[in-house]
Amino acid sequence: MGNYYQPEIETMPRAQLQALQSERLVEQVRRVYENVPYYRAKMDAKGVTPDDIHGIEDLHKLPFLSKADLREAYPCGLLAAPKKDCVRIHSTSGTTGKRVVAFYTQHDVDLWEDCCARAIVAAGGTDEDVVQVCYGYGLFTGGLGLHGGSHKVGCLTLPMSSGNTERQLQFMEDLEATILCCTPSYAMYLAESAIETGVRDRLHLKSAIFGAEAWTEEMRHDIEDKLGLKAYDIYGLTELSGPGVAFECAEQNGMHINEDHFIAEIIDPVTEEPLPLGSKGELVFTAITKQAFPMIRYRTRDICMLKAEKCSCGRTHVRMCKPMGRSDDMLIIRGVNVFPSQIETVLLNQGMPANYQIIVDRVNNSDTLDIEVEVPQELFSDTVSAISKKEKELVSALKAMLGIMAKVHLVAPKSIARSEGKAVRVIDKRKLY
Amino acid sequence: MLLKQISVFLENKSGQLLQIVNVLAEHDIDLRALSIAEAQDYGVLRAIVDKPDETLALLREQEWLCSANEVLAVMVPDEPGSLTRILNVLADNDVNMVYTYAFLSGVEGKACIVLRVDDNAAAEKLLRNAGIEC
Ligand SMILES: [Zn+2]
Repeated sequence: MGNYYQPEIETMPRAQLQALQSERLVEQVRRVYENVPYYRAKMDAKGVTPDDIHGIEDLHKLPFLSKADLREAYPCGLLAAPKKDCVRIHSTSGTTGKRVVAFYTQHDVDLWEDCCARAIVAAGGTDEDVVQVCYGYGLFTGGLGLHGGSHKVGCLTLPMSSGNTERQLQFMEDLEATILCCTPSYAMYLAESAIETGVRDRLHLKSAIFGAEAWTEEMRHDIEDKLGLKAYDIYGLTELSGPGVAFECAEQNGMHINEDHFIAEIIDPVTEEPLPLGSKGELVFTAITKQAFPMIRYRTRDICMLKAEKCSCGRTHVRMCKPMGRSDDMLIIRGVNVFPSQIETVLLNQGMPANYQIIVDRVNNSDTLDIEVEVPQELFSDTVSAISKKEKELVSALKAMLGIMAKVHLVAPKSIARSEGKAVRVIDKRKLY
Repeated sequence: MLLKQISVFLENKSGQLLQIVNVLAEHDIDLRALSIAEAQDYGVLRAIVDKPDETLALLREQEWLCSANEVLAVMVPDEPGSLTRILNVLADNDVNMVYTYAFLSGVEGKACIVLRVDDNAAAEKLLRNAGIEC
């Protein structure tokens, strides 16, 4: 028992917690309806008004919000607080046009940092700890989110940001960092470097908080063994605040959702109907305390399951499993959001047939993107120059579209495997879900 | 003389060439010469056969990516210095050669040199004017 940052909230009896959610939901719905024309139009279109919402049992009456809405309302169309009350923005990585800009009031930052503080305390953090934050600082939410949470707990915070492994390891050793916050793939890299350089045995790490990308139980055990620490998972989305929407406790069996701030639902991604607790479906969140950028029934596209069983840690908030996949076809490659449709567009623009296959893998802890494309008859001649010229053109056009390098392989026509006549477009060998 | 050459796209995996050679053998097609240009992931097989049109149709039917084009064939005495004479003529006239390969012609004492240049007819004329049989 113990290890709570806000015990009265984290262990609140469920009936009380649900009453709190209902109260906040009713208030939030009224606020967005009155302050945000975009929400009002969506609710009007669905024939629902704030008067129809009396509590969480009415949540299903509200319209969904999707990434397309965020793009349409970009940049300020979903802002629910006066801009002068906002103190910060964060933004998702991704290609131009796919960016999401999220706004925060001071109150929003404060609550977000509380959520991160809960995660740090759950991972054993106290004001005696030294927290090394090697998530990127800046538009990305990882760095500043955990940084703020670490301050709240009173930990000595090392704002390292990402990169410069040698310096990371030196500070980790010299300042005796006890808690590491970074992406699991970077942790793997740090672990290997620490072992190689012999620093490993002079480290004081006891726990780590890993998020921002998918990782497996195998990776967890591997990093835990290599660095001699306990690794905790954390979940979040820029749209909802950042890391800390949900976090793992010492049980390491699902992440407790901060339900006093976020109401979670699981829906059928096709019918959009809510599914009973324990079913596998798409995770939908409603942010009930956010002022500047409240999300009502935001479709995360993450496929997930919720667990209501009581946790031995004493927290009453439901747990979510690691996301098991996505309900859209988005791939996250080296932290960048990639849609197969973008790749298809490039191929068609370059006069290539839409017979292609995307192969994503992870080699030496770094994601690789390979694209196999069938060579059209008109491109083929007795020399290799026309084909290799096209290969180079494709690589640079893909770089321009995606923002990351892809390897292009030209293959013979009809050589890309088709199942039941339909091509398998994406092969993700990373096995992260 | 101009010969019809068959080119086939080969993926960089084992057994591709063997499959093609088998197809030719099964249909009694005589493979006179072949060369392969290789890139990172693929190669281009170039072949001189006795029945080019039939070969092309056959390979297309089996869904190989292939094409046919004309190349310049020059018969030279199978002796030192033969190729030098040809290359000298082409170099002196600024003819850009894309690739070349050679095979024994079947005619006693003669080799056949295949030349791929931008303009076959012009190169043929230049060589004839220089007294080279082609
Ligand atoms: Zn727990």
